[in-house]
Amino acid sequence: MSTVARKKSLIWDYLTTVDHKKIAILYLIAGGFFFLVGGLEALFIRIQLAKPNNDFLVGGLYNQVLTMHGTTMIFLAAMPLVFAMMNAVVPIQIGARDVAFPFLNALGFWLFFFGGVFLNLSWFLGGAPDAGWTSYASLSLESPGHGIDFYVLGLQISGFGTLIGGINFLVTIINMRAPGMTYMRMPMFTWATFVTSALILFAFPPLTVGLIFMMMDRLFGGNFYNPAGGGNTIIWEHLFWIFGHPEVYILVLPAFGIFSEIFATFSKKRLFGYSSMVFATVLIGFLGFMVWAHHMFTVGMGPIANAIFAVATMAIAVPTGIKIFNWLFTMWGGNIRFTTPMLYAVAFIPSFVMGGVTGVMNAAAAADYQYHDSYFVVAHFHYVIVGGVVFALLAGAHYWWPKMFGKMLNETLGKITFWLFFTGFHLTFFIQHFLGLMGMPRRVFTYLPGQGFETGNLISTVGAFFMAAATIVLLVNVVITTAKGQKAEADAWGDGRTLEWAVASPPPEYNFAQTPLVRGLDAFWIEKMEGKKGLTPAEPLGDIHMPNSSILPFVISLGLFIAAFGFMYRTEHSWGLAVGIIGLLITLGSMFLRSVIDDHGFHIHKEEVLEAEKGVKA
Amino acid sequence: MKKWLLNWRLFSLFSVMALLLAGCGKPFLSTLQPAGEVADMQYSLMLLSTAIMVLVIIVVTIIFVYVVVRFRQRKGEEKKIPKQVEGSHKLEIIWTVIPILLLIILAVPTVSATFKLADVKPMNKEKRNKDIVVVNVRANLYWWEFEYPDYGIITSQDLVVPTNERVYFNLKASDVKHSFWIPAVGGKMDTNVDNKNQFWLEFDQKATDKAGGIFYGKCAELCGPSHALMDFKVKPLPREEFDQWVEKMKNAKPVVTDSVAKEGEAIFNKSCIGCHAVSPVDKRPEQARTAPNLANFGDRTRIAGILEHNEENLKKWLKDPNSVKPGNKMAGTYGNLTDAQINALTKYLMSLKVE
Amino acid sequence: MHVEEKLTAETFPASPEKATLEGKNKFLGFWLFLGGETVLFASLFATYLALRDKTAGGPSAEELFRMPLVFVATMLLLTSSLTSVYAIYHMKNFDFKKMQLWFGVTVLLGAGFLGLEIFEFNEYVREGHVFTKSAFASSFYTLVGTHGAHVAFGLLWIVTLMIRNAKRGLNLYNAPKFYVASLYWHFIDVVWVFIFTVVYLMGMVG
Repeated sequence: MSTVARKKSLIWDYLTTVDHKKIAILYLIAGGFFFLVGGLEALFIRIQLAKPNNDFLVGGLYNQVLTMHGTTMIFLAAMPLVFAMMNAVVPIQIGARDVAFPFLNALGFWLFFFGGVFLNLSWFLGGAPDAGWTSYASLSLESPGHGIDFYVLGLQISGFGTLIGGINFLVTIINMRAPGMTYMRMPMFTWATFVTSALILFAFPPLTVGLIFMMMDRLFGGNFYNPAGGGNTIIWEHLFWIFGHPEVYILVLPAFGIFSEIFATFSKKRLFGYSSMVFATVLIGFLGFMVWAHHMFTVGMGPIANAIFAVATMAIAVPTGIKIFNWLFTMWGGNIRFTTPMLYAVAFIPSFVMGGVTGVMNAAAAADYQYHDSYFVVAHFHYVIVGGVVFALLAGAHYWWPKMFGKMLNETLGKITFWLFFTGFHLTFFIQHFLGLMGMPRRVFTYLPGQGFETGNLISTVGAFFMAAATIVLLVNVVITTAKGQKAEADAWGDGRTLEWAVASPPPEYNFAQTPLVRGLDAFWIEKMEGKKGLTPAEPLGDIHMPNSSILPFVISLGLFIAAFGFMYRTEHSWGLAVGIIGLLITLGSMFLRSVIDDHGFHIHKEEVLEAEKGVKA
Repeated sequence: MKKWLLNWRLFSLFSVMALLLAGCGKPFLSTLQPAGEVADMQYSLMLLSTAIMVLVIIVVTIIFVYVVVRFRQRKGEEKKIPKQVEGSHKLEIIWTVIPILLLIILAVPTVSATFKLADVKPMNKEKRNKDIVVVNVRANLYWWEFEYPDYGIITSQDLVVPTNERVYFNLKASDVKHSFWIPAVGGKMDTNVDNKNQFWLEFDQKATDKAGGIFYGKCAELCGPSHALMDFKVKPLPREEFDQWVEKMKNAKPVVTDSVAKEGEAIFNKSCIGCHAVSPVDKRPEQARTAPNLANFGDRTRIAGILEHNEENLKKWLKDPNSVKPGNKMAGTYGNLTDAQINALTKYLMSLKVE
Repeated sequence: MHVEEKLTAETFPASPEKATLEGKNKFLGFWLFLGGETVLFASLFATYLALRDKTAGGPSAEELFRMPLVFVATMLLLTSSLTSVYAIYHMKNFDFKKMQLWFGVTVLLGAGFLGLEIFEFNEYVREGHVFTKSAFASSFYTLVGTHGAHVAFGLLWIVTLMIRNAKRGLNLYNAPKFYVASLYWHFIDVVWVFIFTVVYLMGMVG
């Protein structure tokens, strides 16, 4: 594309970009990398548990791997990959040229990135956190070394990034929709992003507060969770789960959104019961805040609280059920094409239903006393997170890959990946329901022979290797595609319904040469059905205003990264405090620069736009 | 609880499931072979919820398979555009109302069971009935203490309870949070560092016999490197035998005759007695009781909760506790012992018997 | 309307903060941010309420709090909220000088509040009410201190805006910035009303 000042090196370009499409790629690469790291940790866990009394990873080290597996997968893999999809697709789906705050978008990414790097550096600096991803206060305060400090500070930094991203998407969706794109014409994935962003806005502050308290207790002598000083560890459990339960929906609602797009596209039918789908999404988001204490049934809250939270939790099954049936009836009467994304979508239904029904079983408080903290729960949430979220991310990656990179992923390899992953997933986790019911607690680094756990664990480990093989095939596919993949057309799958399929693959920097006029749900499909090639424009062709790129988001995040090291080592090294203050000054100084330097962006001139559009058509 | 089960239409499905599940796991450990009132209640709830959920899965699967087979793209139909359906209010109402009904069916027994399991009034009465057995459970980094406040005795690692009656528990932790779980007998409850939790369990005599007289107990909350090894054992006894055991415990004192064991006693009194007591009647406050009470060590079923109970394993444990339970609080507190000293200590410890 | 356009009192729109898309985004985004901040403070308040009696042998709220001092500080902050309203009123009328003046007064009052708070904390520390003393102390300093940090940040922000724009006056690029800063200032004020009630007044009654 020929726009101004395109002479920058690739690396500098990505360090300073504020373009949502490039930020999406950054999220995809970073999230993908952490997904591999978390996956490797999962393999280590399964190897250790393959046989009783194994000594591959013992005691404290196992706890570190287990903690980092959960923390990495949730915060550093699933969240950023969801953000990758949202960034790549949502602005285009609503007919916008960018997000509301391009600068903050970049800042959100770099905060997440530095937070994630900080957390993972713990492996090389004295040991990783070891109190589980939930990091319950009594254990995490006892934990020696700096592992938990890495957890607290790393999550704090990346949490700010997520919060910023959430606000950004809310404003983008409210303010930046193209003419005619009413709320009830927004694609389902955009709706899911909208509700998810609202959840992020209200769920992350309690985590921030919980983490502040833990930081105060561990690094500055606070007494929030220290019973000897009058503190109370249960406060952490509440704050964590007030965040933690909505977090599940923060992950799974976008997954629902992705599948809604895929079902409609490859059934060649509009989404069945669109308005009830929207309603269900909003309701799930709302109920998601009312049920956090079902993670705490055994804490001793008393039967009244337990009963209320049990019933509230069961209620969530209703909107989720509505969604499942709507998807089934989207396919009903359709003309189903089994592409790789569609395979994931189809496989998602039985897999996720399994996770959903065990969720209802867990909601039955009295019975949950048995399930809680056993492998039954491990099986349940992996059915939800892998069977729901990871399937969706893999599906979304295959589905939107041509849009993001302009090349089609190889379908044969894609299908091999799918079958390996699908088989491995059920092999690994189905049997774990029974291990839990047979009395195996979760988070154990080993088990003794003679308790009936041997076969189940071995099967589970074998399954994990199937998933690892699937991941390798996927990587091979990515490499082959990047090297010599087939070029993708604008409507890469031929059946696209939403606006992103109307623009080139990959889209030009400005997305739309002319802002489109949206005339109904599935705006692009409507135009195609009327025999038109492109969208109806809502404005004459003109100069396009674009935001400037900036290195400041990177520097602001780097400052916090440095500050975190300083404050963590404050007590044992004299340089700690100084480094901490320098880091904060870097951050505040960059924010100051951002505030005082005017940034009016630049314009891509009409002629350049015409030139670029011609290149695409030719 | 059993009555509504009988009336339930899916009774046959229930029995099939129950048969299938009963094959799962060991009778001393599995939640699927319930060994008392609490576990029974929870098992019934499990069966009910599983039955409802299997029903849901069957319905979804039938529609799913039909759709996927029937509406797949066939050769020559690549260009066919199906009818664009907006939705159907009738269908949507159906799949909203039916799940609500199913959930109500599940919610009612759930709420009722939740309240029943929380009924600890008898243990908290001003003048508590003398026959009620109350146990104070205190969880510590990788060991369990069981105190019987009404009898003034303390034991560790092996919980002894009477069968066929409700036993009440006070639960707390002294260092970090743990969770007290006897899978076959009933669901778990956390032992918190901030407060005392209370619940009850009932141990069924027949199930106890079937399980070989002993149930396995577990710590269910991640508590540190040796969380996986924080097991305990439960010995339910008929009420009479339980009463006899209590009497013996009240009067137990170490009786050392063997000369090697005598030597061991001397070592013990020098290196171990600061933490470990050898009498079940330990009047020290709980903060001072920093290690398991060893009064009936010779009667135990396991060394350190996990190893088989024999002299060889005891020596292994005394020599290098960290090789058995990483991160335990005993390692390094009693200096280096020679092999001879360890032998003597082993003899002494094995002689500590109440029964 | 264009961002860099030179405007006069006549052409200046009635809601300059929402006249451009950037302004609209900033306006909405900031309201949402304040929504998140509300949850943050709600969590801090909830924790404070749970821990306020846990003094672990240290001084209690009743023994510590200096009501006259806190009352003066409260008055300063409430007044500063009012003066920032004046500033925005003059901004909407395109009267840059008066806007600067009233923001100046706001900053002085805010600085006065902050000074009193630092003095107050200093007094408490001398009486043994240190951060590490008890759960009450930790939650008190974290709640009130987080608010204080917001005040400090708000002061820096407003001063920066005032200096940066001193020479060039108002336009549609910086009007949303001033507006949003004043919004932040009001939020800080509202939070303080809750702190005054929940921490200080309820602390005095016990």
